[in-house]
Amino acid sequence: MEENLLVSASPHITSKASTTNIMLDVIIALVPSMVASVVIFGFRAFVIIVDTVFVSVLAEYISRKVMKRENTVYDLSAVVTGILLALNLPVGINPIYAAVGSIAAIVVVKQMFGGIGNNFVNPALTARIILLSSFPTAMTTWAAPFWYKSGTVDAVTCATPLALRNNGETVAIKDLFFGTTGGCLGETCALAILIGFVYLIVRRVISPIIPLSYVGTVAVMSLLFGTDVLFEILSGGLLLGAVFMATDYTTSPINAKGRAVFAVGCGILTYLIRNYANLPEGVSFSILIMNILVPLIERATSPHPFGEKESKNAKV
Amino acid sequence: MEKTFLSLPEKPYRTRGGVHVLHKKNTCNCESVIMPCPKKVILPMVQHIGTPCKPVVKTGMQVAIGDLIAEGEGMVSAPIHATVSGRVGKITKIKLPTGHIEDAVILESDGEMRISKKIKPPVINTVQDFLNAVNTSGLVGLGGAGFPTHVKINVPDEKHVDTLIVNCAECEPYITTDNREAIENTDNVINGIILMIRMLSLDRAIIGIENNKPEAIKKLKKAIKECKEKEKQKICVLSLKSRYPQGAEKVIIKAAVNRVVPMGKMPVDTGCIVMNITSVAFISSYIRTGIPLVSKRITIDGSAISEPKNVIVPIGTMIKDIIDFCGGYKEKCGKLISGGPMMGIALASDRFPILKQNNAILAFNEKDAVLPKPTDCIRCGKCVQSCPFSLMPVAIEKAVKLNNTEELERRGVMDCMECGTCAYNCPAHRPLVQIMRQGKSMVRNTSKKQGV
Repeated sequence: MEENLLVSASPHITSKASTTNIMLDVIIALVPSMVASVVIFGFRAFVIIVDTVFVSVLAEYISRKVMKRENTVYDLSAVVTGILLALNLPVGINPIYAAVGSIAAIVVVKQMFGGIGNNFVNPALTARIILLSSFPTAMTTWAAPFWYKSGTVDAVTCATPLALRNNGETVAIKDLFFGTTGGCLGETCALAILIGFVYLIVRRVISPIIPLSYVGTVAVMSLLFGTDVLFEILSGGLLLGAVFMATDYTTSPINAKGRAVFAVGCGILTYLIRNYANLPEGVSFSILIMNILVPLIERATSPHPFGEKESKNAKV
Repeated sequence: MEKTFLSLPEKPYRTRGGVHVLHKKNTCNCESVIMPCPKKVILPMVQHIGTPCKPVVKTGMQVAIGDLIAEGEGMVSAPIHATVSGRVGKITKIKLPTGHIEDAVILESDGEMRISKKIKPPVINTVQDFLNAVNTSGLVGLGGAGFPTHVKINVPDEKHVDTLIVNCAECEPYITTDNREAIENTDNVINGIILMIRMLSLDRAIIGIENNKPEAIKKLKKAIKECKEKEKQKICVLSLKSRYPQGAEKVIIKAAVNRVVPMGKMPVDTGCIVMNITSVAFISSYIRTGIPLVSKRITIDGSAISEPKNVIVPIGTMIKDIIDFCGGYKEKCGKLISGGPMMGIALASDRFPILKQNNAILAFNEKDAVLPKPTDCIRCGKCVQSCPFSLMPVAIEKAVKLNNTEELERRGVMDCMECGTCAYNCPAHRPLVQIMRQGKSMVRNTSKKQGV
């Protein structure tokens, strides 16, 4: 006779998916970009990544402790935030500044709003904006690719492809694709980002709706306004933003239609900021602005329950 | 009115969402075995959706299989018959798996399994005779819902039904009783379908079956081929994608005939009747033999069961007796489920009787019994993607937390069928089905207060 068995609501089985596994997949998808950044920008890139990841995890641990909440370090989301922040910084940045960015991302943007799933803007992107407004020079000094072969990180600098274009110069598409240009750690190498994108799609971590509509919108805008489409797609942080930042679960709509609207909005804003505004922050600002609009987008695009349309028709 | 010819579908239509669950159909090739007569059976007065039955026997009376034990009360009810021969024991209150306390008749078996002499096949001359016969047979939806069949097939005059969908999808993992029914009882299945088509003057009957049951599909197709030309044109086997919850009533209607049941309406409003394959076969066997619903095929499986089996047991047999018949527990049982793992009810002990609508008892060891701990929602949207009814569980959870019944109704919480697909897919392991139920009861309480 078996008595006092465990009783719970159905279902009694679950899939193997877990938050930790999803975050692990994102980390794996980020590996190519991390490797590329170390190859292009040297060991210092590795130091920055370790720095932001370590500080992010520590900040998550301490803030949960202080708030007397359950420890969530194991879900690996702080690691993802740390990596994404590092990939959004120039290699020459002072590691202490980078650490400040990690703390801002985890403590202010994420934990103060309730931790994973509750922040309304992307932590890494917001931290990047905070750093940009706090340390504008450090955040816009770009070390040249392979600087470590010829001098110090502050001495061997160059401009980003977008800045070069605005000065009327051109950049080879090949350099953009393989990432041998100036820019943030992770944004320069399109190839590495695309490998990560394919991995995320294959593992079904993200749906391709956001990256494709985002990049597609920028491409269409650039066709309409007569700028170089390929250059527009491959330069700046567009690919990194479209694949890893705009697809952040928490700060993007949960339904397919909403995601498309969100991504198209990001694309339009990115193009406008890049070509008509003074700040060099097309992708960051457009994603942040659209993050804030997510609740409205969701409200306007939420799916109709099965049979709702039919029941309305039946009444008429 | 001009009669339009309805074609039989060749391919299933698109349905939304769902999930690939592990099939775990370990017992699909286990031929059903008849369990020896148990010492006693317990027959609760509620084995259906609707009003409880009223006992018509007294303690000490002798009964044989098929004798009426309890009469249905009111419109929505189904009578209960003796499932073993012997003496009527105590008539007492027992607790049901759902937590309700109801009257139950206990029968002490004499071990002879005598069939009552009063039993004779019903005489069917008119449609009304047929409906009455289904009523007296005690049949309820055997797929698990337990809705009295005679109510379901008694279509109001203003509604027109043209299609019978025979549900053999069996999308729940582990359960293989419908599969075995299709294989072992093919003739009754086909006869039942023909009977239904004739009695309800239907245009067509579609047997919806998931494609993970090739043997059953083959047998059914062969049996249809052997039918008379006139009937052959009206019946088909529709092989469905193996994607949970393909067997949910509204989902299978969409898949089979591409009709959408309007919110808050019944399948009959779209001209369809959905019946479980075992129910259909039972109608045929009742019309032939007159033996009411007294036994049931049950799949016994799970990681804690020694010998997983398909067992035919008298209704009212104690779960413990059946598990003992299957070699008992292999390991310490951690969780006992009546039904499938996706929608079944967890039982606190194995001292419950088998009810008419049960089709599986699953026992899991202690390791499988514990589900992962819920963590915070990360808004991944998997619940929204996987909901077959396009609901947004994540939004409903928020509304439940805020106690916002208006929002809950707007989000369609009342339409949730609690299939569990969202909770199954949730990487944060949110107990979404529980939250849906909470949301439903909030809405019900509010409308009660408003006197609606």
